[in-house]
Amino acid sequence: MRDSWGRRGFLAAGAASLGALALTGCGGDDGGKSAGSGGGSPKRGGRLRAAFAGGGASENLDPHLANLFGDAARAKAQYDKLADYGADLSAQPRLAAKWEPNKTLDRWQVTLREAEFHDGRPVTAQDVLYSYRRIADPAKAFRAKASLEPIDLTASRATGARTIEFVLKRPTAEFPNVLAAFGAYIVPDKAADFDKRPVGSGPFRFVSFAPGRSAVFRRNDAYWEGAPHLDELEFVVANEESARVNALLGGQIEYAHELNPTTARAHEGHGQIEIVRLRGSAMQAFAMKTDRPPFDDPRVRQAFFLIADRQELVNGALSGAGVVGNDLFGKGYEYYAADLPQRAQDLAKARALLKAAGASDLKVTLDTSEVAAGFTEAAGIFRDQAKQAGVTVEVRVGSKDSYWSDILDSGVLACYRSGAMPIEAHISQRLLTDSTTNATHWRHKDFDAQYQQAQSTADPAQRAAVYARMQRRLYTEGGFLVWGFADWIIGTGRQVKGVDTKAPANTLGWARFDKVWLA
Amino acid sequence: MTFLGSFVVRRLLLGVAQTVAVVLLVFALTEALPGDAAVALAGDQPDPARIAAIREAMHLDQPAGERLLTWAGGLLHGDLGTSLVSGRPVATYLSEGFGPTLLLAALTLALLIPAGFGLGVLMARHEGGLLDRLASSVTLGVYAVPEFALGVLLVTVFALRLDWLPPTAVGYGTDLLAHPAVLVLPVLVLLARPVCSLSRLVRAGMVEALASPYVAQARRYGVPEARVRYLHALPNALAPAVQQLARTVDWLLCGVIVVEALFVVPGLGTVLLNAVSERDVPVVQGLAVVFGVLTVVLNLGADLVAHRFAPRAEVAA
Repeated sequence: MRDSWGRRGFLAAGAASLGALALTGCGGDDGGKSAGSGGGSPKRGGRLRAAFAGGGASENLDPHLANLFGDAARAKAQYDKLADYGADLSAQPRLAAKWEPNKTLDRWQVTLREAEFHDGRPVTAQDVLYSYRRIADPAKAFRAKASLEPIDLTASRATGARTIEFVLKRPTAEFPNVLAAFGAYIVPDKAADFDKRPVGSGPFRFVSFAPGRSAVFRRNDAYWEGAPHLDELEFVVANEESARVNALLGGQIEYAHELNPTTARAHEGHGQIEIVRLRGSAMQAFAMKTDRPPFDDPRVRQAFFLIADRQELVNGALSGAGVVGNDLFGKGYEYYAADLPQRAQDLAKARALLKAAGASDLKVTLDTSEVAAGFTEAAGIFRDQAKQAGVTVEVRVGSKDSYWSDILDSGVLACYRSGAMPIEAHISQRLLTDSTTNATHWRHKDFDAQYQQAQSTADPAQRAAVYARMQRRLYTEGGFLVWGFADWIIGTGRQVKGVDTKAPANTLGWARFDKVWLA
Repeated sequence: MTFLGSFVVRRLLLGVAQTVAVVLLVFALTEALPGDAAVALAGDQPDPARIAAIREAMHLDQPAGERLLTWAGGLLHGDLGTSLVSGRPVATYLSEGFGPTLLLAALTLALLIPAGFGLGVLMARHEGGLLDRLASSVTLGVYAVPEFALGVLLVTVFALRLDWLPPTAVGYGTDLLAHPAVLVLPVLVLLARPVCSLSRLVRAGMVEALASPYVAQARRYGVPEARVRYLHALPNALAPAVQQLARTVDWLLCGVIVVEALFVVPGLGTVLLNAVSERDVPVVQGLAVVFGVLTVVLNLGADLVAHRFAPRAEVAA
């Protein structure tokens, strides 16, 4: 349903206003499905205090430096992107009112909506180009730089005050995903100092900021999408989960990001606080290096797919807060191959496959670390499951700070997780020959070609078919053993209404405080 | 007095050497850690090109010795350097974090000294009695509880169940004195273990002194019991207690880290934790200098006090 109502339908019809209306309608619907059932009609006023785990005293208000969830939530309150991800990770128009590609999908006309920065200046094409060029500055290392890579920013230009022609280096059917990329916020032309009186076009205006302690924002009455309900929004930093829960229970804050499943269970349904579970927020997987023994043999990978008892992993490593995976990224997202049969544990078949591959007494080292919740638990559980299939798994616990970089090229098997992103982005960042973070070393020219084919296919249905083929291949012989999708758990005060319960972390509806009100 | 003067100078020089050693050690250890600030910052996006760019932007591509020299050169001009992560001066990190930590430590000490000595003297007076045995077992029990567990327990009971006190200091920033209620639980947690160790030490010293021949002699001369206890016995118990107190202050810093995390107090402990996890070496080094100087000065003070009360003890030290 959402697919046909989303961007595809909007583009095919080419009717900007109708599409925008439909999308606004969707947003309103989401708002209605608030955490507190029977929230009633939105009420204006009040200050909401939201606690995130944060970067401490080195926190920065530069939206392009956003790296942590707390940074992203703060940036979202103050700034806009041209597009953002809907609950199914399809790109939804934000500052861009519409986008239209040429026939070959390598030139995109983007028209901005009428919006203004907090100091009254209109948001123009010049601001957009400045922001993107700042992110892409080769001397800097902004996180969104890799996402903006498809754009040729020297050739792209403003064709009017509110129209931009983006010239791309190659056909990119999913170009709107680039506009929605994590950290691709639009700042005013020439803005460089963000710690003092930063100016954005977002729903909240800057009031005060003390790094590592608090950032206060006030309602932007002139917001293009309508003023937020809240008068004020304050972000506070509390790195300890127990501190966030205690502050929430004690009424010191109204919104606590990132709670443990055990905390959630202890308080769910007791009426003291509301627990919001954002489904499908974090993929949980084991990454097998497909270019080296033993996993260079697809039969060994298939055997490992069959060793995993996914429900046991979800119950044990995620404390039950999640759903089982099917060795594919992006359950529930746009283009997800939901028709493939759910894989289940089959030890006999796994043994047979290992025997056929000549790996009956297999010994592998599984890298894990305390870097993410449930990682060491998952490793322990999988070790026990593998033992039943005659595989000896040795668990190696690595350093928390360099884990992601360590497992990129070394080892053979590692615990892996990923936040929400479009399936296309997952493929381009991790599964192409020249992908920068290809942890499974999945490098196949024909797979790359399929990706390019998808990117040059304008018709959404045909493109979906290409994605389906690619996913079928990954399902049969890929390097990611995706065993689950973890919920992202948020706690709110009972008076907090309008919290989107459908949006995975990092999407438009997540941490979206302009739609929230205090009853 | 000249003897005391040279003693102070000697101790100060030793202190400077200690501080330098601490800083070098911190630098060496941080270098030895796997990964660097660029890797830590890149997190789950370990794109090698991006890591290289971050490294270059942070000047991490320069050799370690060069970075250490640059930093040490700045230190001689009173410049603690700038944070790798935010680019703000390290001095602002320290000055902003210092207030809350100092406040917590000062309050804890202000309560610790009367409580620890009072309890110790009380226990010694009732040596072997019900009160002594009760206090001994309670102090031993409380001492065994880690700060984190104690903090969680106190918050659950006094903040969430009874609703007497706020559970955290979230949102109050550094202005904690304006909200004294938020200080009660953190100070209680910080106080719990040192009170136990200090009072037990004072008790032991007093008991020993009261049983000593010179106290027996004083009693035989008919010196009033209170005078014997406080003027003859207590000073003897004081020397080890004061030195223990100085060590307690160092130890408080560890407790402060836990307490600051638990109660969301933006002090030096929080700054340190974040700086370590971000591999923000200049900030860690700045904190090492501050902690080093603090430790040296405190121990010097303690030695002077001990020297005054029991001159013979210093010879052994």
